Amino acid sequence: MLDPRFRGSDIKECMENLDQIFVQAKRTVMNLAESVLPQPLVLLVSMLISIGVIAAIGPVIMMYLTWLERKVVGRIQNRIGPNRVGKFGLLQPIADGIKMLTKEDIVPEGADHILHFLSPVLVVVPALLVLGLLPWGRNMAAVDLQVGLLLFFAITSTGTLSIFLGAWGSRNKFSLLGALRAVAQLISYEIPQVFSAVVVIMHTQTISIVEIVNAQPGFNWFVFTPWGFTGLVLFYIASVAECNRTPFDLPEAESEIVAGFHTEYSGMKFALFYMAEFLQVFSLSALAAALFLGGWQGPFLPSWIWFFLKTYGLIFIMLWFRGTFPRLRVDQLMGFAWKFLLPMSMINIVVVGIWTYASPIVAWVLGILIIAISFGVLAKLNTRYHIERNRKFILAE
Amino acid sequence: MTNTIETQTRPSLSTQQLEVSIGPQHPSTHGVFRMNVVLDGETIVKLKPVMGYLHRNHEQLAENMSWLGSMPYTDRLDYFCSMTNNIAYALAVEKLMGIDVPERAQYIRVIMAELTRLVNHTALVGFLLNDLGAFFTPVLYAFREREKILDLFESVAGSRMMCNYMRFGGVKLDLPDGFVDCAKAIVDNYPPFLEEMERLLTKNEILMARCQNVGILLKDLAVNASVTGPVLRASGVNYDIRKIDKYGIYDRFDFKVPLGTVGDVYDRYYVRILEMRESLKILRQAFKELSAGPVISQKGLIAAKSPRNMKVPAGDAYGRIEAPKGELGFYIVSEGGTKPYRYHVRAPSFINLTILEDMCLGHKVADAIIILGSIDIVLGEVDR
Repeated sequence: MLDPRFRGSDIKECMENLDQIFVQAKRTVMNLAESVLPQPLVLLVSMLISIGVIAAIGPVIMMYLTWLERKVVGRIQNRIGPNRVGKFGLLQPIADGIKMLTKEDIVPEGADHILHFLSPVLVVVPALLVLGLLPWGRNMAAVDLQVGLLLFFAITSTGTLSIFLGAWGSRNKFSLLGALRAVAQLISYEIPQVFSAVVVIMHTQTISIVEIVNAQPGFNWFVFTPWGFTGLVLFYIASVAECNRTPFDLPEAESEIVAGFHTEYSGMKFALFYMAEFLQVFSLSALAAALFLGGWQGPFLPSWIWFFLKTYGLIFIMLWFRGTFPRLRVDQLMGFAWKFLLPMSMINIVVVGIWTYASPIVAWVLGILIIAISFGVLAKLNTRYHIERNRKFILAE
Repeated sequence: MTNTIETQTRPSLSTQQLEVSIGPQHPSTHGVFRMNVVLDGETIVKLKPVMGYLHRNHEQLAENMSWLGSMPYTDRLDYFCSMTNNIAYALAVEKLMGIDVPERAQYIRVIMAELTRLVNHTALVGFLLNDLGAFFTPVLYAFREREKILDLFESVAGSRMMCNYMRFGGVKLDLPDGFVDCAKAIVDNYPPFLEEMERLLTKNEILMARCQNVGILLKDLAVNASVTGPVLRASGVNYDIRKIDKYGIYDRFDFKVPLGTVGDVYDRYYVRILEMRESLKILRQAFKELSAGPVISQKGLIAAKSPRNMKVPAGDAYGRIEAPKGELGFYIVSEGGTKPYRYHVRAPSFINLTILEDMCLGHKVADAIIILGSIDIVLGEVDR
């Protein structure tokens, strides 16, 4: 029962305050800064606050994603997962961090020292950078760029380069194989990834991520349209491949090429690769949530809670994949990107075109029809030519 | 790792082949096995297995100790299936000595052998999936079931993996109280587990795409290379020593021999699942027919009491059984003394490994790993 002294408007105001709590906090600091500092420095303070928060929250997210992954995969595998350090093993990431920092940093003989050192640094930078573009809640994007989405893809695609840099620099054949796989895979999957995001740009007619979220008020999330649903699925699958996660974890396939591109990395350098991977998992899930699931939009709860709920929901699916799927082979992986995801995402663009110009009922019917038929046809064409579903086995005497 | 060796010229593009040494330290060579692979891109052009990293001089050791003294060493051959190793060695020596094995001991041996087969095949399916890239989930499911059987082994032999349970002319100790009930419960709970495993794996799209038509082993090659066990049967050759030799009391049991039709990794995987079902059938019959009685013959008991004085008549004998991995044979030559003159182990893992290159050529690196996984090797047995 609610306290009778509370009126509806009070609760609303309270939620409003909770929603904007971080924005208010920054504003308070800024007001203080304005009263003591000259104008140019105030701008600097504003920047530093945003940068500081992003730089601090990145590693924290990564650390607790490792914990979450170990817990979730542990449960899937009939285990408990970390539970020794702190309650529910919550301090495990910190213990891991200390371990990583104090470990010996081994640089193999014959490695290119500069490249070997540069790669883990370079790989983290884009992963942290894109966090600034994400709308974490209402009025909570560090920078609201007009070309936000474009910049997001541009920044994430530089990760490929640093992966290759590190693998080439470590002068190891497993690394090289992993890097070649990584380059082929990341470039291939970038195309369907961007194409499946294009539908949102077409519909909202903006490339700003903040504007895209604003275009999905209440429950008008794009996922509830035929093109939005298809777009989310395609985007998500391509994102899993972009993050090198199971079943597309070929660049670091443990059972085949030891650890792939980061075979020769140890200690903190390895941790940086790990961090980049987990940050990418987070940022791509957050982007998928922003593009198709309405980002921070949602009733009742504060906007940033909605953002984290949706993002972690998508991350959970990735962890679930990791606990259950076997890995694809190189040729199957490339085939899947070029022969299935790419045509499907192109067809999706056609569907959103129809959606824009046709009347709602026609658009719904046509959209579902086109997507269902093309999915069926593509799935049929892509079925492995020689899979025998019911193979015969003899029970001899 | 040495650098590039050969240069291949193509019309417009000159590429180089890459020689990679997979192993001996590698997550999925199942121990310290090493493959020297020549790659053209990701495709395997040449593969050379390198063995011997785990060589322990097993045969020479056995020739310098009493007959019974090498029984615990046989545990260490294929450390997943110590029970069957024991049986094979005991069988060879019993042949030479002419000792009979009492009825109850025969049944106990069959029960242990089939439980070992369950352990081995269950773990193998898990490891194969690990090689396929499923992150440890199938392994841990398999290990959950394996643990239960290992607990049984512990209750009879005192050790979970290094059992050292068989003696010439019988077994070391009788089954403890409640063993049969526990074992029956495990056997009854096994089909649901197998069904769960199958539901998750057998019709999995990725598993089928990865395993079917990969690493095909043709019948002729398999027979010529003297491949045995599930690998041979997956190629469609009906050869099971339990049926052919009918050693021990295997002629009393009603079971089938599952055969594959294609001989690829998928067949090798599925033949093992079917074999587990047949093993369960044998176990149920054995529990039903198990009767009271002595577990070791009089002659065997004397030999077991003073192993250093045990003499084996001069001659030679070859005892072989259908171990989970294939034909496990012990060839022993005696000069009538307290030590074997010659002691040789025909290790199935080692002989099955010889056809690795034939199966891998033209496939990708990832395929080589699962082909190796589907052969089912244990390095303790390969290198001895």
